[in-house]
Amino acid sequence: MLIDSVWILLALPLAGATINALAGARLGRRATGWIACGAVGLTFVFAVVLFAVLAQRPAEERAVEVTLWRWISVEQLRVDVRLLWDPLSAWMALVVTSVGFLIHVYSAGYMADDARYARYFAFLNGFVFMMLLLVLSSDYILLFVGWEGVGLASYLLIGFWFDRKIAADAGKKAFLLNRIGDFGLLIAIFWLFSLVRTTHFQTLFPQASAIVSQRGAETLNIICLLMLLAATGKSAQIPLYVWLPDAMEGPTPVSALIHAATMVTAGVYMIARSWPLFALSPNALTWVAVIGAATAFLAATIALTQTDLKRILAYSTISQLGYMFLGVGVGAYASGIFHLTTHAFFKALLFLGAGSVMHALHGELDIRRMGGLREKIPTTYRTFLIGAAALAGFPLLSGFFSKDEILWLAWQRSPLLWLVGITTALLTAIYSFRVVFVPFWGDHRGGDAGKKRGKAKQTEAHGDVHESPRVMTTPLIILAVLALFGGLLGLPRLSLIEGWLEPVFHTAEKTHQALEFVFIGLSAVVALTGIYVAYRAYVADTEWPARLRAQFGWLHQLVSNKYYVDEIYTAVIANPLRDLANWFSRVTDGRIIEGLVNGLAAAIGVSGEQVRRAQTGLVGNYALSLLVGAVALVGYFLLR
Amino acid sequence: MTQNPLGFPLLTLIIFLPLAGAAILLALRDERAQKVWAFVVALATFVASLPLFVYFDARAQGMQFVERWPWVPEFNIQYFLGLDGISLFLVLLTTFLSPLVVLFSWDTIRERTRTYYFFLLALETGMLGVFLSLDLILFYVFWDAMLIPMYFLIGRWGGPRRIYAALKFFLYTAAGSALMLVAILVLYWQHGTFDLLVLYDKGLPAGLLQTLGFLAFALAFAIKVPLFPFHTWLPDAHVEAPTAGSVILAGVLLKMGTYGFLRFCLPLFPQAAREFVPLLSILALVGILYGALVALVQKDIKSLVAYSSVAHLGFVVLGIFALNPQGMAGAILQMVNHGLSTGALFLLVGMIYERRHTRLLSDFGGLWSVVPFYGAMLLIVMLSSVGLPGLNGFVGEFTILAGVFQANKAFAVIGTLGVILAAWYLLTAFRQMMQGPLDKPANQNLADLTRREWVVLVPIVVLFFVIGLFPNIFFDKMDTSVRELHTRLTRPTVAVVTQATPQPSPTPALPSAKE
Repeated sequence: MLIDSVWILLALPLAGATINALAGARLGRRATGWIACGAVGLTFVFAVVLFAVLAQRPAEERAVEVTLWRWISVEQLRVDVRLLWDPLSAWMALVVTSVGFLIHVYSAGYMADDARYARYFAFLNGFVFMMLLLVLSSDYILLFVGWEGVGLASYLLIGFWFDRKIAADAGKKAFLLNRIGDFGLLIAIFWLFSLVRTTHFQTLFPQASAIVSQRGAETLNIICLLMLLAATGKSAQIPLYVWLPDAMEGPTPVSALIHAATMVTAGVYMIARSWPLFALSPNALTWVAVIGAATAFLAATIALTQTDLKRILAYSTISQLGYMFLGVGVGAYASGIFHLTTHAFFKALLFLGAGSVMHALHGELDIRRMGGLREKIPTTYRTFLIGAAALAGFPLLSGFFSKDEILWLAWQRSPLLWLVGITTALLTAIYSFRVVFVPFWGDHRGGDAGKKRGKAKQTEAHGDVHESPRVMTTPLIILAVLALFGGLLGLPRLSLIEGWLEPVFHTAEKTHQALEFVFIGLSAVVALTGIYVAYRAYVADTEWPARLRAQFGWLHQLVSNKYYVDEIYTAVIANPLRDLANWFSRVTDGRIIEGLVNGLAAAIGVSGEQVRRAQTGLVGNYALSLLVGAVALVGYFLLR
Repeated sequence: MTQNPLGFPLLTLIIFLPLAGAAILLALRDERAQKVWAFVVALATFVASLPLFVYFDARAQGMQFVERWPWVPEFNIQYFLGLDGISLFLVLLTTFLSPLVVLFSWDTIRERTRTYYFFLLALETGMLGVFLSLDLILFYVFWDAMLIPMYFLIGRWGGPRRIYAALKFFLYTAAGSALMLVAILVLYWQHGTFDLLVLYDKGLPAGLLQTLGFLAFALAFAIKVPLFPFHTWLPDAHVEAPTAGSVILAGVLLKMGTYGFLRFCLPLFPQAAREFVPLLSILALVGILYGALVALVQKDIKSLVAYSSVAHLGFVVLGIFALNPQGMAGAILQMVNHGLSTGALFLLVGMIYERRHTRLLSDFGGLWSVVPFYGAMLLIVMLSSVGLPGLNGFVGEFTILAGVFQANKAFAVIGTLGVILAAWYLLTAFRQMMQGPLDKPANQNLADLTRREWVVLVPIVVLFFVIGLFPNIFFDKMDTSVRELHTRLTRPTVAVVTQATPQPSPTPALPSAKE
């Protein structure tokens, strides 16, 4: 059967990565680019075909497993390399490969002058491979392979320009913070295995209620909280989100890939996939929602105060992921996946747009030094505008529907969650249009505002500002179309995506009330208000933000320094551990243990001084005496 | 017990081939001839060991390829060799690493090559003897004899503080093994035999004597592993040893300690072993966290790798003392993994040392842009050591921790913290060496991997992937032996002096000296 060949989805990007890693330098740029883009492009086409095959089956038969080989088998610990093709994994595969493919194509233009072109594409293919492995796994242990695999890929790509200290540090930071999350997932896996002797989804999930009845709800609750910890690492939520803003040090298409198609969506996916466990742990689910709402709000406030274009987008990603957590946390798994999808479209678009801006301005990222780009790079501007509008929740665009659905469901759980969500929506609209108005409208301000970056990067005169080549703008246009119309996938009341995912999530018929439309209207008003505020602050009355800053100096200080979270982590965790390590190395090992050992040696009569002066001949003697002693002992026991 | 299926004393051949080759080597005057001959002998030993893997019957109980002759009949000492699923891969690891190490030494050892290769090959005989002996005296002879070539390898071809390090290594290990000898003699005094398999069934009466016997063996092995707080000889020995010595030391010698726990401590003294689970597990956990933290702040890369060994072997000991199949099977695989990853790390460190004559992390920086292939290899090896899924280290660590979790949740949770720390210190080292700006003039013209270096590294890296992706090739062969050991450990009470065990001993009963 065609559907049994789902492994090809993995084989193609893996082959692309391997070829480019081993032979990329010899193939030349053209071939390298074609191989990498072709591998992901074909994967996308094949995913569409398999998606269609799946769709033709009756709803209850839409879960196909394909076993490749038995991986680990020690007594009851049995893990197969087995892929699962069901509505959720198929959906994710489509998102990953479609957005991933466009980013690959864009990269061919963006990275054209980079010396390590082949290596870049090998890593990029590897990233897609690992993400597909993650979403296609039928087992937590196999999922963990992809889970750490995307961590590795992000490490390599964030630190791609490894000779820059800051990039190398950012890659390392990403890997380590993710490893802290992985710790949670590992313990959760061990625990599940010890309870039910399996980690295979379709064997494990039906036993979830048995776990609760036999071990009590608390056990499963802790397991789910451990999974949540893992998800906060990968999906950049409180408390582990701090790696994501630094991840901006990678090439911009990589940021697009991390933020949209791969990596950060993994946590949301994993929680959604584990819904039968979370559904039985209301407490853990509440934590998911609370962490999501808190992260969404916190990150949105930081986004408002940043001046680096990519960092604003990075905090916006953290914030939007918070919405997804809020969604799955209130049990709206399909809505969470819906927002994940639309976000993938518009966030990839925004990042690639930002890359196009950098391309035009020779690497400039400080929005205060931009301005008036609207006429200079019109395609980038128009597509960026669409992305920002979708992010802001502009009525009828993709982000509007998906965000709105989450807010509506949050309201049914707790009006407080909704309030945080809607407030965040207002902030979102403001910062989304800040990154439209400041860089693209008005006049060019290069050279006068940004004093910090002034030395590091000289923006050249805007005279030679140029639109990006076709290979870069075409993906922008396609993504803009998706960002415009992606919302139609989940129109209220005839939601396609919800219907498609129904066999996975078994969502009960949702209560649609007239009230929902009141909320939709409210959201629209909030989004438009936010856009208006941004217009006033950044176009009409540009002195206003400065007056606000002066008035609330301490608050601005706090928020623009990201609440000093990085500093706190360093001071409270990293530095004390290093101090402890130094103390161990110097005192415990160097003095205490060595002192005891040498003291013992001295006591026996081999003083340290003699040890140092000793000639090699001594050992011969020693060995001899050992042998003599042994013989004597044997003799003693025999002749006794 | 399956007798030798080949009708040929294969184990004897494998053990003594290197020693015989070493003897012939002494007659070779030409340096080139010595090098080639040493490599040929080591390679031949590896080839000779391959039938062990092919003909090993994964479903057979007990020992295979057995050879047994009386040696010193007066004292009932036998020349008794055999192989099971626990020793199989350690033997293969030894024969696999030896030719690579010889090859690496071709360019790096330029003085007294004849004696160098002599000791290297003699060492191989000693190590193989340890893994294959089933008579306690024979085992003890190999165990102690092996110290001598290693002592000379460190003491003659090592770094500036080599004499101190060599002597420390020697005295430390010898001190541990002295007590073990006493315990061996006590066993003999009780049962009149050194036959390990007979002693398995007879053991010592539960109580003080068994406890003391356990502690005597455990101390010898704990020093060898090395388990915290007996580890301080290791960084010294590693830092001073020549690269080949470090590779063998980390790759094989340390495994003799963990192997000793599985082969001797647990089955000979099962009740005592169970009593000491908390103590040894806690020492292993301390080793994992402490070793990792100390590794984090090392300035010398070799010292860093040495401390990482303390942490990694902590995982192995933790798995062994989970006393369940996952823990033990994972531990056996992890011994092999550690041998490969840490062996490769020492090789890579040696390669860069040959070029720069420094091992201080602060002397490097940004090397990846001048030596891209070296950097890629280093990264793969480090990731294997970090336990990245898909590579070998993950399967071992995961299986161990899954086993430990069933035995004791808290131990598993603390042990898993070590997984985070491993990433921290290794990526920090990679960051300092390979990434960042290339700002030291001395680093700007380094040569990338030579063809010979490729030949040394590629087989190891290929094995990383084979073990990582198809670990069942290995688990399958150790399954029966691990289960047998597990049964032995969980049996309610072993016979107390008299032979109360229902199943007949597979070995012919030997007359007790007391009768």
